Amino acid sequence: MLILIKGGRVIDPGNLDGIMDILIEDGKIKEQGSGIRGQGSGVEKQGLGVSQGLGIGGQNSKLKIIDASGKFVVPGLIDMHVHFREPGHEYKETIKTGCLSAAFGGFTAVCTMPNTNPVTDNAQVAEYILKKARLANTVRVYPVAAISPGLKGKGLCEYGELKEAGVIAFSDDGNPVVDNQLMRRALEYAKGFGLPIISHCEQLDLVAGGVMNEGALATRMGLAGIPNAAESIMVMRDIALCELTGASLHIAHVSTAESVRAIRDAKKRGIPVTAETAPHYFSLTEKAVEAYNTNAKMNPPLRSEHDREAVLEGLSDGTIDVIATDHAPHSSIEKEVEFDRAANGIIGLETSVSLSWKLVQNSIISIADLIEKMSTNPAKILGLDHGIKKGKPADITIIDPDITYKVDAAGFQSLSRNTPFDGWDMKGKAILTMVGGNVVFER
Amino acid sequence: MRFTKKDILDMESLSVDEINLILNTANRMKEISIRPIKKVPTLRGKTVVLFFHEPSTRTRISFDIAAKRLSADSLSISANSSSIVKGETLADTVRNLEAMNPDIIVLRHSFAGTPHLLARLVKSSIINAGDGMHAHPTQALLDLMTVREKKGKISGLRIAIIGDISHSRVARSNITGFTKMGAEVVIAGPLTMIPKGIESLGASVRYNVDEAICDADVIMMLRIQKERQKSFLFSTEREYSKVYGLTQERVENARSDVLIMHPGPVNRGVEIACEVVDGPYSIILDQVTNGVAVRMALLYLISGGTRNADTD
Repeated sequence: MLILIKGGRVIDPGNLDGIMDILIEDGKIKEQGSGIRGQGSGVEKQGLGVSQGLGIGGQNSKLKIIDASGKFVVPGLIDMHVHFREPGHEYKETIKTGCLSAAFGGFTAVCTMPNTNPVTDNAQVAEYILKKARLANTVRVYPVAAISPGLKGKGLCEYGELKEAGVIAFSDDGNPVVDNQLMRRALEYAKGFGLPIISHCEQLDLVAGGVMNEGALATRMGLAGIPNAAESIMVMRDIALCELTGASLHIAHVSTAESVRAIRDAKKRGIPVTAETAPHYFSLTEKAVEAYNTNAKMNPPLRSEHDREAVLEGLSDGTIDVIATDHAPHSSIEKEVEFDRAANGIIGLETSVSLSWKLVQNSIISIADLIEKMSTNPAKILGLDHGIKKGKPADITIIDPDITYKVDAAGFQSLSRNTPFDGWDMKGKAILTMVGGNVVFER
Repeated sequence: MRFTKKDILDMESLSVDEINLILNTANRMKEISIRPIKKVPTLRGKTVVLFFHEPSTRTRISFDIAAKRLSADSLSISANSSSIVKGETLADTVRNLEAMNPDIIVLRHSFAGTPHLLARLVKSSIINAGDGMHAHPTQALLDLMTVREKKGKISGLRIAIIGDISHSRVARSNITGFTKMGAEVVIAGPLTMIPKGIESLGASVRYNVDEAICDADVIMMLRIQKERQKSFLFSTEREYSKVYGLTQERVENARSDVLIMHPGPVNRGVEIACEVVDGPYSIILDQVTNGVAVRMALLYLISGGTRNADTD
């Protein structure tokens, strides 16, 4: 089976940028360049002649032609921070629905966080997740395992065995590692296996029951606030431990100006820290929780406009390496409740590309920057060999920058609907997702 | 003017005209409570559910008496007598209540915004009887009524609210209510108890109690909860009452026509001295009396009543 992606603007940051064609054979990239014509008898006249838009070549053809003119053809997007609820809470999301949601959002790979039930803190659970992912046969799933058994912050998981099972990083996401010594040892221990630690930075005694950003709005709404320092204090601690150990540290879901500044300073000093933020932190502020909207309740909370601007600056100057969604499905059982009781988190896979594309539209970052943050950088941090290169698996996303649509959460592939972006007008969207040469989503 | 609100959720959502209408109606309602037969048929056939999800005596009884004096059928449910102990969500409990066609649900809940959630879910009118740290609109209305009754006006007065502003829904609703009606509100207390951005509600902050209460027409003291000591909000009760409490000496230095208020329950000798509670400037019990009148007015207005209460 041959696939020819024709005439798109191919951007693989640091590797390719230009209008070119990509030829894919048996799931792998065979060739890229301009004016490629499919090989084999009869295919050219049939394929090229028949194809229109994103249409496929003739039925009998062994060549599928994808016309990508006017579109961006990029290495498959990677969301390195998602919560698929299997095992444990399959009514919110299964690995199958999560993978479909990812495919529809333009992602070819995801990293699943370990707060499953049972927790992904041993090889069996990791293997179970990978088995389910193979059955789903949609996008690539890389499990992140817990730093500590049960996410309890009391000891180290078996990183060696977990790595053998296919785990790609460690995180107690959802819970901070409170114990400084454990965090130091986790960084060192993981370094020995060449895997990163992803840190959820939250100083719990400063959170003290808070449910939204601390400030005038929380005061007016009578909700307990979470100060910025609850995040930045632990970002600074982790940076200190990263400097001490030289291990690779990735800061999850950065939401505050102070965190951005701390990471920027650390990078200047050559400390091997990387960071991600989520589309909601650069698209929304605390205002979204007005009227006690539980679909805007998350942890860390949506912050002030000042913080949102600092996050944009961090994206623009490269302080923030990665855009990840923190896709956190919850049902109405967890969300149609009192605001204080509502679960934290929103789904993000199916809105991420469109929200992030606004950064390009608003000239905050270039298209190449965006692809770096959504594909190249996650791959680097996770040690994945990724990109549009000869002989590599054809993991490719095609983005249409001009398509306009209204977000309709009811039509999502995800089992959950907890998004504050329902009804938003969007421009720009992934229209085709290809994993190992298989088209897993096509609009 | 017709009252058209479906729900009473907070002071922010009430207009000056609506507040005046409520206060005027409450003035007329007040007379019913001093009749020998304290009952009018105005709300006969209406059902009022008192859903108190958090302990309350004063407010629940005040609503109950208000409903009964208007001949509404009222019934009380609390969190531990409802299906919530069986794991039912609040939304489902209230949907079930709704299926029995009550007219008004009076809700007290320990979490902010819960009345707003229920108001979206059901057709019955929701009256917020206190939600977490957010709002207590009926308390603010009865405070406005009491001050207006004593001073003949609200506009131009200076109101000092002293104590734990952070955890106080009474403070928030009163700051909003009094400033909306043209008064000036100053607040004071330990800085650990002054929430960020409280100025955005219209209050100005003083660090010093004496500074806040000098020239005040009204001093409103807030209850201090001993548990707050554990979260490092104050040092000791001893120091609190000395630095932030309303002592007899402070009252003597205040205006000669000052009014002393407290939403209750009072911690005698902590935030307010005994002789001040019982003294000549205290209108604490007038607040309680007016609470019934304000709640009668709200039940009446929200039921869409067009008849004049005093003609029944």
